[in-house]
Amino acid sequence: MRGAVRSILLGLAALVLLVGLWEGYKAIDGQVLGVALPLKADDRAMPHVSTMLERFGDPESRRSERTVGATVAASAWYTFQVALGGLAVGCLVGAGLAAVMQRFGVAERAVLPFVIMSQTVPIVAFAPLVSAWGGKLQLGSGEWQPWMSVAMISAFLAFAPITVGLLRGLQAAPPAAVELMRSLAASSRATLWKLRLPAAVPFLIPALRLAAAGAVVGAIVAEISLGRSGGIGRLTFEYSRAATSDPAKVYVALVGAAALGLAMALLIGVVDAVAGRGRPGSPA
Amino acid sequence: MTDTSTDPAGTAEERPDDQHRSAAVVVEGVSKVFGTPKRGQVHALDDVSLTVAPGELVSLIGPSGCGKSTLLRIIGDLIEPTAGSVVVNGKPAHRARLDNDYGMAFQQAGLFDWRTVSRNVELPLELQGVSKAERGARAAEALELVKLGDFAGNHPWELSGGMQQRVAIARALVTRPGLLLMDEPFGALDEMTREHMQAELQRIRSELGTSVVFVTHSIPEAVYLADRVVVMSPRPGRITDVVDVDLGPDRTDETRTDPSFFERVTEVRAALRGIERAERDAGRDPDLDVPHQQGDGW
Repeated sequence: MRGAVRSILLGLAALVLLVGLWEGYKAIDGQVLGVALPLKADDRAMPHVSTMLERFGDPESRRSERTVGATVAASAWYTFQVALGGLAVGCLVGAGLAAVMQRFGVAERAVLPFVIMSQTVPIVAFAPLVSAWGGKLQLGSGEWQPWMSVAMISAFLAFAPITVGLLRGLQAAPPAAVELMRSLAASSRATLWKLRLPAAVPFLIPALRLAAAGAVVGAIVAEISLGRSGGIGRLTFEYSRAATSDPAKVYVALVGAAALGLAMALLIGVVDAVAGRGRPGSPA
Repeated sequence: MTDTSTDPAGTAEERPDDQHRSAAVVVEGVSKVFGTPKRGQVHALDDVSLTVAPGELVSLIGPSGCGKSTLLRIIGDLIEPTAGSVVVNGKPAHRARLDNDYGMAFQQAGLFDWRTVSRNVELPLELQGVSKAERGARAAEALELVKLGDFAGNHPWELSGGMQQRVAIARALVTRPGLLLMDEPFGALDEMTREHMQAELQRIRSELGTSVVFVTHSIPEAVYLADRVVVMSPRPGRITDVVDVDLGPDRTDETRTDPSFFERVTEVRAALRGIERAERDAGRDPDLDVPHQQGDGW
């Protein structure tokens, strides 16, 4: 518990330091001993932190009742849900691939290079394709929703770290333990559930962190390139286009995106704490 | 009723079938060749035959690469022999493994870090589909047997090496198998713990009447534990000597200072020396390790 308080305090201190640097830079007007530093410090390039905070409470537009803060919060929450869906799908697909590759050694050599390669496909080119394919799909009674395309792209970035990490984890079970399971006449499914998966957890947590980051980036980029409104990605894009007249507004959207990332990191932290119970070095 | 059935010795006329049915382990003409003709072969075992009577403890001893661990794994159906047959508990080794007729303990305790001591011991029962309540009760019983009843809720990493090894033995015993296969289970322990564990194994064995095949590098350990010490030689692995250890069923700390204990130790040592000499005469280093598939280490 004391560790948690400590890290929250440290986080706040870092935030204060960042604000201090920002405002300090503005205070010296981007100049040291009369020499101009590369970044301009005027209010258009670097609005005051107080202006950004003010903007949270300002109405979205002249016609709107809603504040900028409320819009950003709603958009971030929306994107969080889509990214979470993407992460879930990515985890399922990634875990399935890893399990198949572990079971059949040949599949590993055949599939792993494609998994790695898939991550180099530019999303901006890929996103419209996913959207087009999705439009042609029939999902039983339901229709393909545009947010599903965003979630798919999010999943596309999330599955690869899971596959690679889990595969290593599944192979990390000590040969002695595998032999023990064999001596106990354990089926390969029982060996997977009772030995390989638990043994993979230390490998899975870092993979999950990468996947979560990928899911968030995927969702934001997909929103932008698909022109899908309602999420924080598209909102950031819209606000940044208006940045010449209102530079502080973009930063409010950025704070929203950062909060989304933090929420995701927090979630993985909880998973880590739950999965790490009863392991060496855990408090339990 | 024939004469042979009333014969108190009963062994001379016994048909091979009866022997198969009553013995804990029957190994017949087992050979094992690792590798392929193209990439080079290792004759790990050559025409090995061995019978373990019910309740008997047989030690397998020999230099590295003599195939003693390979033989143990073939008995446990963890690897297949190239030739020959293995009968465990009156069934083919494969069937015996599927029926959980034996328990196994290795040099590394091989406990699962993420499970408590009790749940580690429950693992074999879990795989058999035994109900939760019964699992807990039987695990507690097995832990009592190795005197670790108070540590059921602890995690393996909280225990010393000797205690971890006792947990592994409890896990091997929890299904109450008639046979224990042990591959240098005390090899990683310090001398004092090791002697203590040997005494514990003797106690458990006399309580349960379990047959044991025990692979070891240590001559005193082999003699102290065993009813028979089987001495093996490498390249190809075969049985060169069998030393009967007539020290009676009750082995105590006094046994270790008994003159007849030393006689048997000397006898086993002489047998191993003979192997060493033969190896040297053949121009080979007797300590040379062979490829790890031979199963001496992981």
